[in-house]
Amino acid sequence: MQRYSIFSLARNAFSNHQSWSKAWRSPPLKNHYDVLIIGAGGHGLSTAYYLAKNHGITNVAVLERGWLGGGNIARNTVTIRSNYMRDESIPFYVKSVELYEGLTKELNYNLMYSNRSMIDIVQTYPKLREIKRRMYHMDLYDSTYERIETDEVRRRIPPLTGGGPDSRFPIICGMVHPQAAVCRHDAVAWSFARAADNLGVEIHQNTEVIKLIREDHNGRICGVETNRGIIRANKVAVVVSGHTTSITDTIGLRLPIKSFNLTAFVSEPVKPIIDVVVNCPDIGVYLSQSDKGELVIGGAPDPGQSFRRDIKQHVFENAVCSMLELFPAFKRLKLMRQWGGTLDIAHDATPIVSKTDIPGLFVSAGWWGGFKAVPAGGFTLAHLIANNEPHPLIEPFSLGRFRGLDFVLEAGTTTAT
Amino acid sequence: MFLKRELLRRPDMLLLHCPFCGPRNEIEFAHGGPEKKRRPDSTSDIEDEMWIEYLTVSRNPIGPVAERWWHVRGCGGWFTIYRDTRTHDIIDEGPL
Repeated sequence: MQRYSIFSLARNAFSNHQSWSKAWRSPPLKNHYDVLIIGAGGHGLSTAYYLAKNHGITNVAVLERGWLGGGNIARNTVTIRSNYMRDESIPFYVKSVELYEGLTKELNYNLMYSNRSMIDIVQTYPKLREIKRRMYHMDLYDSTYERIETDEVRRRIPPLTGGGPDSRFPIICGMVHPQAAVCRHDAVAWSFARAADNLGVEIHQNTEVIKLIREDHNGRICGVETNRGIIRANKVAVVVSGHTTSITDTIGLRLPIKSFNLTAFVSEPVKPIIDVVVNCPDIGVYLSQSDKGELVIGGAPDPGQSFRRDIKQHVFENAVCSMLELFPAFKRLKLMRQWGGTLDIAHDATPIVSKTDIPGLFVSAGWWGGFKAVPAGGFTLAHLIANNEPHPLIEPFSLGRFRGLDFVLEAGTTTAT
Repeated sequence: MFLKRELLRRPDMLLLHCPFCGPRNEIEFAHGGPEKKRRPDSTSDIEDEMWIEYLTVSRNPIGPVAERWWHVRGCGGWFTIYRDTRTHDIIDEGPL
């Protein structure tokens, strides 16, 4: 792997940047691998990387229907945080934030990781109680929330001029989650792809899985049928986010997952004005400012199952109107573009990282906010694939929890409920 | 709440046909989730797996779904529509 550094940058400047080696290969497709990972998104690629790095399993192919990193890893709002509610969830996300912090160095790729902190603008007492309850839970796992008073909130977020005493929802206080960060989302996919490729993993783009195939005599998974022919493997991991059920339906495996569309949009770029992630849970909007200066704004998901990637006008207007209540100065900003990502939400809203009833078939799904979980999701899924036993962090995320009606009800951490 | 008159004419919102009130705008309704299969008869001995599947699993097709809507800002009635998850088009024939 060609290392990226100031020296390689300088060296390549002499050849007009024409001689950089490719970040990953495009090898010929073999007909057998030890492990197949369906989906070259954040989770799929990080799984491949940790399989190779931590478990020495390198005869791995990552199959991608479209292009690498073109799914939800390209369609999110890049917030990394660990302010969850349940004892089962918090340690997992704490681990993910910790892994993220070291990724730029580990993968030799500038992720532009920026520890911004997140401020929840609290405007109702039920929300304050809910966040305080999370605060005490998180405190057990070294993730923090701290209360700041309204004056301090306004000092830290200068354009926050709405929410005064006469408004619909006066601001009560702010709750700061200092671990929150943002980073460059494409770089996450590209850096894991490059590092995994360097360890021997093959990435095959434009390779659409049409169906999963089982062994006739024992029901074990034995491979997949793709638009480029049948590929056999001992283990297959489905890591395709919103289309999980489309893949697992082909083998008759029914999963408690539904797909929804969550959208975000950005404004025209402006000078630095907000340096934290602002979350307004009471009115259902959140925003941050990107390095390019655009305000990245998100709201609630569209009602009902959806595989569309546009935005519903009233959902969009609700988010904008809510934002303008608190940030009236943004009224004159032009909005540049919007995008939607498919949220796959499990019945209890907690992710599923699990073996399935079909031996050799693994599923990682239900992330709905999976960007923050990319490193830990891959780390733990790789452990599960390699050892056939779940990593302690994801034991509560197994499919078996539904069998015992032992749900991990994790909601209320975003505007999506 | 805001922009209401304009909102009512938005073409890309659902126009839902409430059986009692007739065609009304989506903002008057709350989404009630996918239509459920018939509840298994708990007096007969059904397998645990069937019961758990009934409780937790819904169809998640790229295509038509049957779903419940609640006219919460109207007459309060519940009804079922068929909608395509790719286009949001309301269709006559459902998947059930």
